[in-house]
Amino acid sequence: MISRPRSYAGWVLVPALSILLALLVASVLIIASGVIGRQRELDLLLPLVAYRSLLVGAFGNLRGIANTIVAATPLMLTGLAVGVGLKAGLFNIGATGQVLLGGFAAALVGTQVADAPLFIAVPVAMLGGILAGALAGFIPGFLKAFTGAHEVVTTIMLNALIQLIVSGLVNDIFRVPGFSFARTATVGNAALTGFGGTTIHLGAIFAFVCIPLSYWLLWRTTVGFEIRAVGANPTAALYAGMHPRRMMILTMSLCGAFAGLAGAIEILRLGYYPAVFGTSIGFDGITVALLGRADPVGILFSALLLGAMRAGAPLMQIEARVPVEIIDVIQGVILIFLAAEIVVRRIFRLRTTPEAGELQTITRTYGEKVVG
Amino acid sequence: MDALLDIPVLGFILQFLVYLVNVIVNGHIAPIILGLATPIALGALCGVLNERSGVVNIGIEGMMLFSAYIAFMIALLVHQAFPAEPSSVFGTTPALIMGVIAAIAAGVLISLLHAWLSISVRADQIISGTIINITALGLTSYLNRLIQPFDSAGTFESFRPPAALVNLPGIGWLFEMFTAVGPIAMSVIVFVVIVQILLFRSRWGLRTRAVGEHPKAADTVGINVIRLRYRNVLMGGVFAGLAGAYLTLEATGSFQNNMTAGRGFIALAAMIFGRWTPLGAFGGALLFMASQAIGVAIRLAPPASDLGAFLAGIQQTYPSMYNNFFTGLPYLLTIIVLAGVVGRSIPPAADGKPYEKESST
Repeated sequence: MISRPRSYAGWVLVPALSILLALLVASVLIIASGVIGRQRELDLLLPLVAYRSLLVGAFGNLRGIANTIVAATPLMLTGLAVGVGLKAGLFNIGATGQVLLGGFAAALVGTQVADAPLFIAVPVAMLGGILAGALAGFIPGFLKAFTGAHEVVTTIMLNALIQLIVSGLVNDIFRVPGFSFARTATVGNAALTGFGGTTIHLGAIFAFVCIPLSYWLLWRTTVGFEIRAVGANPTAALYAGMHPRRMMILTMSLCGAFAGLAGAIEILRLGYYPAVFGTSIGFDGITVALLGRADPVGILFSALLLGAMRAGAPLMQIEARVPVEIIDVIQGVILIFLAAEIVVRRIFRLRTTPEAGELQTITRTYGEKVVG
Repeated sequence: MDALLDIPVLGFILQFLVYLVNVIVNGHIAPIILGLATPIALGALCGVLNERSGVVNIGIEGMMLFSAYIAFMIALLVHQAFPAEPSSVFGTTPALIMGVIAAIAAGVLISLLHAWLSISVRADQIISGTIINITALGLTSYLNRLIQPFDSAGTFESFRPPAALVNLPGIGWLFEMFTAVGPIAMSVIVFVVIVQILLFRSRWGLRTRAVGEHPKAADTVGINVIRLRYRNVLMGGVFAGLAGAYLTLEATGSFQNNMTAGRGFIALAAMIFGRWTPLGAFGGALLFMASQAIGVAIRLAPPASDLGAFLAGIQQTYPSMYNNFFTGLPYLLTIIVLAGVVGRSIPPAADGKPYEKESST
């Protein structure tokens, strides 16, 4: 994970084949859905119908393409939230909680600057989300660095805690009257509205900027080098005069900041924070990061791919009557094939390259000693 | 004593402790604690079996969730095909029995995936577990949306211990705790003791610990590391499956998306808290979930005096935060335990490291 791939062709091949295999596996489930679902008939062509409407929904017209970009926008950021962590050997599966806290903070700040001009209100509210997300990432980073508490468990626990805290706060304190459900006041001018008659909004620009920014950070700066060095071998990094603990905390905070921005974008698009805010972008970020091999460019393309699936799924549900949840299944199966890279290579009789099995030693178990 | 309880903050804490002891001994809350701790303890047993042989299992959550769904659906299908009256013992029906068996089979099946990925393919074990969690959540949500059952096969019933024993002064609550529960919760203590004894007193246990600490040395003396790890991970699946069956066939009687709600991870924390021993993990599970049960206790038997007034006041003003506080306590405790204990609690040396037999060329 520390070095760049030698050839992009070999590097893209296995993720692409994993997607293909996952779509094949999912088509079995889609055929099954025809049998046990409402239609009650065996239709072997149903997967083709479903995938066709998925494609049409995502790219069929301008609105579809806009929806794909809007869906991909937060996924790029949560993908970075997981991917940058992986570079440092940290597996941040707390993007969900960081998204919630970031979105909540953005909503609170947004209501304060609701009357300010758009070009002040939006960035200020986003900054609130970024800082809150960074805080949510700082906590597990700090715990990992100084106590060794494994980030996978602490971030999952924080996901649940943040959800409970934020929904409690919205219900009891920040609730505004006049709505059938608990929600915060509207963010006014801080809201992200689509331009040019589409749903594409200002947030997309922020997300697109983050991709080259994180690429530059990881590969062109000293901090980025330290992050990758700590990820590759914390002990060696320590003896080389680096600060593994500081890097862990910094990286987790940075990851949280990305996820916080994603949450801010989602909430500012909505215009308020609802007490029950269910979103899958946090967990989707894991798929995006692993599919994109934790590389900013890879993350950009996987986010677009997953965004297209999310944007096209509603049409698929209407036309082929396949529940949108099939996207979650496809994601899981893609990941299984990615993890079993050696097996995918064997199925397609590919040569095993040095890059093969990159997913094998990224994370560290809680067995490992804290270094620093 | 009364003078002590009147001191501002300390008095409040003392009042609360007195109340806690009282409510556990006299408040019939002990069986609730065991019930809440059951999936955690079973999940932790799964973790102990895995990690003692050197395989990290983050996927307990997903195994539990998938088994919970399979248990519910199979029980429902059998129930619809062969409706039967609940028997007098635990309200058992053929449907429920089949549900439990199916849950165990499902747990073992997913464990096989984890074993294959982490032992044979030698993929990153933490990523393998996370993938299992994501896939299980997606697959169960998909199937749940597709089928949408409006019926239920019901649940196991709790045993009603004789009142004379429950009302024994001093120890009655302990007796009630382990008997006034359903069959799966009741079986937990048995499994914990059996695994504890086997792990530290049997040949299998010695081999498991050897493989978890120093697989190469174990291999040298003729232990098949790969086979033993496979066997342990699959046996862990039995417990994860049982935990899933508990959620749908004993605790609730229905299936909701993501109903495990992080229990698999709390189980891991309980395991670490118990230093990778079954008994310790069981203690951890009881401690973690007792905190959640306190919320139930206060609702059932509100404390008297100014403590009760204080709590009632908070509940009145901030009802949502008040409830969420008790729901969230186990998660908070999990983080605190991980942060505080992990440094001093030493995992098996080979935990999380794939084993590759050196080639003999």
